Amino acid sequence: MVNLIWVFLAVSGIVYAMFNGTMDDVNEAIFESADEAVMLSIGLISVLVFWIGMMRIAEEAGLLRGLANLFKPIFKRLFPEVPPDHPAMGYILSNFSANLFGLGNAATPMGIKAMNEMKKLNNDSKAASRSMITFLALNTSSVTLIPTTVIAIRMQYGSVSPTEIVGTTILATSISTIGAICIDRFFYYRRIRRNQ
Amino acid sequence: MMSMITTISTWIIPFIILIVLIAGTIKKVPTYETFVEGGKEGIQMAISLLPFLLGMIVAISIFRASGAMEGLVALISPVLQIMGIPSDIVPLAAVRPISGTAALAVTTDLIKEFGPDSFIGKLASTMQGSTDTTLYILTVYFGAVGIKKMGDALKVGLLADLIGIIASITICTYFFGF
Repeated sequence: MVNLIWVFLAVSGIVYAMFNGTMDDVNEAIFESADEAVMLSIGLISVLVFWIGMMRIAEEAGLLRGLANLFKPIFKRLFPEVPPDHPAMGYILSNFSANLFGLGNAATPMGIKAMNEMKKLNNDSKAASRSMITFLALNTSSVTLIPTTVIAIRMQYGSVSPTEIVGTTILATSISTIGAICIDRFFYYRRIRRNQ
Repeated sequence: MMSMITTISTWIIPFIILIVLIAGTIKKVPTYETFVEGGKEGIQMAISLLPFLLGMIVAISIFRASGAMEGLVALISPVLQIMGIPSDIVPLAAVRPISGTAALAVTTDLIKEFGPDSFIGKLASTMQGSTDTTLYILTVYFGAVGIKKMGDALKVGLLADLIGIIASITICTYFFGF
């Protein structure tokens, strides 16, 4: 699926440029964006090194397990294939809490660690497990309490009330998250029916 | 309200670090050495992520620079308008799941154009904040741990985005009106 999307984006762009007369822009975009991607990855190094280092200490100190215990009832149902006291659960919860507070750059390293642990639980298979799909569904719908970037932009353009959209954002994000979980469940049970 | 939010967001990170370091020391974890070990893992992750990000970002930027993205938006606009989505917001709705930077650019543009306190400005703000870039999340998380078969993840993510978009419009129409 991702192969098809990737090829579609590039091929349709190049073919479109042939007729649209934007080949110059495409040519420039290829090299500029490659540069941009390298800068982005290098930029990620600082965040990843810092937060994974910190989280390793938190893990050894038993903080992740404590956090996992706190939210166990809800997340045990969301992730039935992850044992509640497994480190994966701790990372899932830290990722969720970081997203909740709008700490996107702290959420990513924890999310990657969570995926790593879930891969181990799935016998190191290269296919996505049920828990991984649920986890991604949670992340793409991103539950955020404080949309910091948006508030900053609104302030920059002289909004009378920059935080006015906090309430509507929380409501919209909650609905999309609940929707994501329902859709995730729907596809899971469809997979099971097909395999029977 | 605003000052409280800014205070919380500036205090929270140092506060987490404080708790982690104190808890580590109490539990007799060799804190500095553990931090360094974890950090090494972080470097490996960032490096192994690079090709995944680069491949996806280049393909998206070809799509954008050629004008194909605008073409797609023009193509699906009528359909989205039938569904009751205001035409000014259509580019944002179409771009949000594909590219985070593009979506942020569109949001900024809409806020600049219509003003942050206009209906479109508030709707764009809500939409931008309520979902994340599905394609980026998939690329980063699956890329970093080497998952080749994504299963239903993409479908689930995109459908959740659609729900988020519809929810934003409904909620904003209800609370802010036209």
